[in-house]
Amino acid sequence: MSDYRVLPGPEHFLPPAAASMGICLPNPGEAHINGVIAPEEKAYEEAARQFLMAKVPTIFPGPLVLWAWNEKAAKKATAVRHLFNTLVECVQPGQKPMLIPMPDYRPKYPKINPEVEINPNHPNLTIWHNRIDCCMFIGVHCHQANLSLKIIRGGTSCYTIAMCAQAGHEDAMLSFRDASVEKIMKLADTVKRLKGTVQPRLASANNGVSS
Amino acid sequence: MADIHSVIGTKNKKGQTYTDTWKLMNEAPRTPSFFTGSEVIKEALRRASCDVMIAYPITPQSEAAALIGELFAEGYIGDYFRGESEFAVMSQCAGAAFGGARVFTTTAGPGTMRAMENFPMWSGARLPIQMIVTCRGINSPLSIQPDTLEIAYLLNTGMLVWHAETAQDFFDWILKGYMVSEEPDVHLPLALCCDGFFVTHTKDVVNLTPADMCLPPYDPYRSPVPCMDMECPPVRMMRDPFVMKSNYISYATHASWQQEIWAAVERSRKHSIHWLNGLIDTENTDAEIIIVASGTAVSQGREAIRLLEDEGVRCGLVKVKTLRPWPEEEIREATKNAKHIFVPEFNVTGWLAKEIKATISNPERVHAGPRVCGGMTMPPEIIVSEIKTALGMKTFSLAGRGS
Repeated sequence: MSDYRVLPGPEHFLPPAAASMGICLPNPGEAHINGVIAPEEKAYEEAARQFLMAKVPTIFPGPLVLWAWNEKAAKKATAVRHLFNTLVECVQPGQKPMLIPMPDYRPKYPKINPEVEINPNHPNLTIWHNRIDCCMFIGVHCHQANLSLKIIRGGTSCYTIAMCAQAGHEDAMLSFRDASVEKIMKLADTVKRLKGTVQPRLASANNGVSS
Repeated sequence: MADIHSVIGTKNKKGQTYTDTWKLMNEAPRTPSFFTGSEVIKEALRRASCDVMIAYPITPQSEAAALIGELFAEGYIGDYFRGESEFAVMSQCAGAAFGGARVFTTTAGPGTMRAMENFPMWSGARLPIQMIVTCRGINSPLSIQPDTLEIAYLLNTGMLVWHAETAQDFFDWILKGYMVSEEPDVHLPLALCCDGFFVTHTKDVVNLTPADMCLPPYDPYRSPVPCMDMECPPVRMMRDPFVMKSNYISYATHASWQQEIWAAVERSRKHSIHWLNGLIDTENTDAEIIIVASGTAVSQGREAIRLLEDEGVRCGLVKVKTLRPWPEEEIREATKNAKHIFVPEFNVTGWLAKEIKATISNPERVHAGPRVCGGMTMPPEIIVSEIKTALGMKTFSLAGRGS
């Protein structure tokens, strides 16, 4: 097994793709945490804990759930909204959950508005601007998600979670695979269950931004 | 959008049953058939649920491409045509794959070289096109004969590169290849190479799966990039700011894109091991002498081992099946006991020996040869001679006159 660990950055001027460092994707029923294969149950706990610890826990829904291109996508979008509402209900004063869409992958130089969207080609702008210290990708095409997750790891200290509908993402610090409505709802349930048990790190979040 | 699993057990328009690929390859009955490699390509494609096949004639792949035309006439292929050149063919393959089709093509030698610009584009665009490369000479003066130099040029394109030894490999790997390259975490093109003529134009017994069973269709909705979105990369290629702008972020994006392609090659390792039963095959790896080879050089190496055994020299064999992903750990493990490693190759530069030297400890153990090229055959006796010379044993010259 690789000694490399997928951890919050800022890691490097050009960090490596985690797969090239020997990090493997989980098999069905598994997840990974920091690049180490873990039971999915443990990943729900850790993802919920990271959300509840974060100053600005954020969900980035991508095109695969933002657009109602089939019935499953519409249901997932509803589940994502439920997860966000659960976060809003469960955080403590001073924490600021956000829901920022990645509607498409068009590069938008130099005019991206980091308050309203995130773009896979320069996701760090949105992370930095909103001081996001924990985020979850869902409904983003795998190639674009890996691109973003690696850039975020390179230039920010944001903790990244991937709720992937396919095989998962090594470049996230925590990744589920085979994401479904049920898994999103289960994560929301776990957040609710852990409410009040996790101390938020309100003072320490700086997202890799120099002050 | 239908779930791929929901079509298993149903029939296509030719009456073939969509079959779980693992069952098709490992449990379905096999029929021994006496075919050329080109005919085997046709038979594999008959079972591949392929949407589009495009090619341009070039020896020694022309026969396979023509035979696939017969499949089209019979209704097994969705669309089939001849492009204007290999460059055009590979661009047309990209267009079909961008549109969500399962795509197949064949090429060889100078055709591969002419089309080269497209291959890093394919991998960058995450297009799981399968390309058969029936290797032949590429340099001037013209040679249509077997020579594997063109594989060296494919190794850094970001494509998966496999090197078949036999027509049986070819049949199985064409079908299994789609399973690996279409995985969403891989989703890369596959260059499935063989040594032209030696495999394409000789007959061999090949065990075929039933003709009335076929692969499940390709599901483009599992692609890691949007299918044919004209506004987004990778389709929107050249006018995008991240390609054209000069700033740190655009460079970092492009760099990360390249890293992701090679990460996908790495991810193919797990799937390739699953489908090919390992990235290498080995025999007698406890021996002090090991032959490491790919393609038909494996067959010649195997025969050389038999000849050496007759003389009391024990020798092991490593058959390298995948060049990308490169079986680094496997080769290190298989050669750890070897004092001498011989790498017979059908090309002038010895690209396989270079890869192996860069992989193992004590690379001075590698004897980069014997090598032949330009269409020469490689008699097992020259491998035997190379090994015996290195061991200080008496050997005879194969040069004939003047010896």
